Amino acid sequence: MIRVVHYINQFFAGVGGEDKADFAPETREGAVGPGLALNAAFKGEAEIVATVVCGDSYFNENLDVAKKAVLDMISAQKPDVVVCGPAFNAGRYGVACGTVAAAVKEELNLPVVTGMYTENPGADMFKNKVYIISTKDNAAGMRQAAPKLAALALKLAKGEKVGSSAEEGYMPNGIRVNFFEAERGSTRAVKMLLAKLAGKPYTTEFPMPSFDRVAPNPAVVDMAHATVALVTSGGIVPKGNPDHIESSSASKFGRYSIEGVEDLTDATHETAHGGYDPVYANADSDRVLPVDVLRKMEKEGKIGGIYPYFFTTVGNGTAVASAKKYGAAIGQELRDAGVQAAILTST
Amino acid sequence: MVKEIERAGIPVVHICTVTPISLTVGANRIVPAIAIPHPLGNPALTHEEEFQIRYNMVTKALKALETPVDDQTVFDS
Amino acid sequence: MRLELGEIQISDVKLSDCSKVENGVLYVNTEELRALLLEDEDIASVEFDVVHPGESVRVMPVKDVIEPRVKVEGPGGVFPGMISKVTTVGSGRTHVLRGCAVVTTGKIVGFQEGIIDMTGPGAEYTPFSKLNNLVQIVEPKEGLKQHQHEHAVRMAGLKTATYLGELARSLTPDEVKVYETSGVAQGKDLYPDLPRVGYVLMLQSQGLLHDTYVYGVDMKQSLPTILNPTELMDGAILSGNCVSACDKNTSYHHLNNPVVADLLEQHGKTINFVGVIITNENVYLADKERSSDWSTKLATFLNLDGALVSQEGFGNPDTDLIMNCKKLEAAGIKTVIITDEYAGQDGASQSLADADAAADAVVTGGNANMVIHLPKLDKVIGHPEAANVIAGGHEGSLNADGSIDAELQVITGATNEMGFNRLSAR
Repeated sequence: MIRVVHYINQFFAGVGGEDKADFAPETREGAVGPGLALNAAFKGEAEIVATVVCGDSYFNENLDVAKKAVLDMISAQKPDVVVCGPAFNAGRYGVACGTVAAAVKEELNLPVVTGMYTENPGADMFKNKVYIISTKDNAAGMRQAAPKLAALALKLAKGEKVGSSAEEGYMPNGIRVNFFEAERGSTRAVKMLLAKLAGKPYTTEFPMPSFDRVAPNPAVVDMAHATVALVTSGGIVPKGNPDHIESSSASKFGRYSIEGVEDLTDATHETAHGGYDPVYANADSDRVLPVDVLRKMEKEGKIGGIYPYFFTTVGNGTAVASAKKYGAAIGQELRDAGVQAAILTST
Repeated sequence: MVKEIERAGIPVVHICTVTPISLTVGANRIVPAIAIPHPLGNPALTHEEEFQIRYNMVTKALKALETPVDDQTVFDS
Repeated sequence: MRLELGEIQISDVKLSDCSKVENGVLYVNTEELRALLLEDEDIASVEFDVVHPGESVRVMPVKDVIEPRVKVEGPGGVFPGMISKVTTVGSGRTHVLRGCAVVTTGKIVGFQEGIIDMTGPGAEYTPFSKLNNLVQIVEPKEGLKQHQHEHAVRMAGLKTATYLGELARSLTPDEVKVYETSGVAQGKDLYPDLPRVGYVLMLQSQGLLHDTYVYGVDMKQSLPTILNPTELMDGAILSGNCVSACDKNTSYHHLNNPVVADLLEQHGKTINFVGVIITNENVYLADKERSSDWSTKLATFLNLDGALVSQEGFGNPDTDLIMNCKKLEAAGIKTVIITDEYAGQDGASQSLADADAAADAVVTGGNANMVIHLPKLDKVIGHPEAANVIAGGHEGSLNADGSIDAELQVITGATNEMGFNRLSAR
């Protein structure tokens, strides 16, 4: 029987949500939570012998300590293969899964597979290092993800040849693998053209290499006379969230006046972000959006002034395309207003 | 978001906890933060101490904005 | 333009003393055919062999593959400008011997000839393992220059295909397919609501052993121009041999262009297939700029909404491909390109020599650098030692036991960029 160790976060282990995200790693015997679906998908060929659980915040804030502890727990179980997640669109969980998977591969020399949504930040960070099964953006996708995770884990454990990303369901990892399609290339091309002409979605078989980097702008020369704008993806909003910015997958950004505001307090501001423990930000939103210190710097003459509005959205589970759109709109306003610099804070 | 603000011609500094994500996303000036739920604060400290830490971080962020860079740079010292 | 294609299915090819087609079997009078080919003073000897699907036999180095055809009604004859006069073809009626082909081999001309295995792993990658092939081994006279050698072998293949095609002239086809295309203005009236689609067919034209002929004209000397799709079925475009075997468009590919077939299949249903724009892949940057400007200009003249671009070869032609795509997209013409990849033996390198964000719809014929082991087969027709020098092989590719270790590149038609095959990569 192939021995599998499964890595999951505090939420999927049933420990708790964001309030328990600082949960330190521990080992549980057998399968827990999503591990049950995985075990079923192994169809008796493999079995989850242990599950390592760690809180997402704990892992990301104590990276070195947490990684070592998790690796020690995994290797103590002598697995043949390791499965991490899937993390769906949970950003910190995705980064944790990717980090653990990469470490299992590089440091323990064990086969490993993880899974997450394509826009999870962990995907771009780790898809070229470890096999990441592409999943839906929420846990409802476990049913489709489990058979793919299980099939690839079994292949890796047995040392069998891994097929192309299109066949196995992992995210394209920069390694091009040949395989036979169901239809000849010309037929695929005509279908792709029909979709493109109709404005329907299609998937290119070879994504052009991405060079999407923006060159850094020149440094701010005269900070003492510069107007500085504040932007955050941490979801800080006036108390009551007047525009109802969503706690996840935000459909908009907010623009709120901070003219004359010296300090953000629990009476005036809060966070709308659903991806982290809101207690600290709700108690004092300056911890995410540093209005108080910037006002002091303004008085000290270190900066010329603060742009009278701040911009805010919720980064949690928000599509890259949306974030891009919000950023472009904000950038446009700042440029038109002659703002010289921006500080963007993220949680 | 940070990349689009940069694209608009505004020098921007990204203060965030998980800096590798910031690098992947494409920020050019990056200042590491304290923790995910309180990037510019530390609830374990007194209000005054916390203010001082935040003041220092924003000072570092302004320095980053005043520093010419050619490539993605993490200001972590 | 309306062309009837009468297909005669060939189930076997036999060497004989009388040339004929009987009950689906093609008999070849080798003495008569040899005498015909030896009229060319550059040819020293011609031998014939027949290979069938599934046989343990390897043919190499392969130069071209040609399907026998004959024009039975309408203007002109097959292979215009090369065998027949330059009269415009593509209308009337043409008969085809299906399921068979002429394969030319013999002493290597350059570095870029290929391998056809009729069985084993190599057979899976070449479409020609599924045909009954008349193989002709053409050896040149001593001291013949490369370009004369190439010319002699090319013409010998076309002569044989014409000779065999003649046998189909008075036969009753098993099936007659009708291909009808509309004029540019007429198509607009007939299909006012269908998107107007064109096919930009890129032809290798980089000089000796890389050339393509259109009505006998070396394409490098031509500016991009427009063809009716049915002209290709009569052999208006012919291969000048060579180019890396895997992504060389043989004459067989041109006669049976899969993009043309699939676009005609959709013509009048989902699209209005307006025409074929042929362009070249020359060696000068100015030529590349000019030709890609012109192919886009012609596409704009034709008022196209969409275009499909196919490539031939790789490396600097990737720049032609990207230029065509970029300029078509910039002209508001939705474009899909077909290419193949050279991503390294490990698949980890950059696949194309050029790239642009406008190329957002790509079909790939697979990674040509993939290493393949071709086991020893019972018989080799031609020159096995060529494995060490052809593109995709290396010194030592031919093992002592007769097996070959080389890149997929060596297999004729393996990663075809007209989308002839099912092979792909991700």
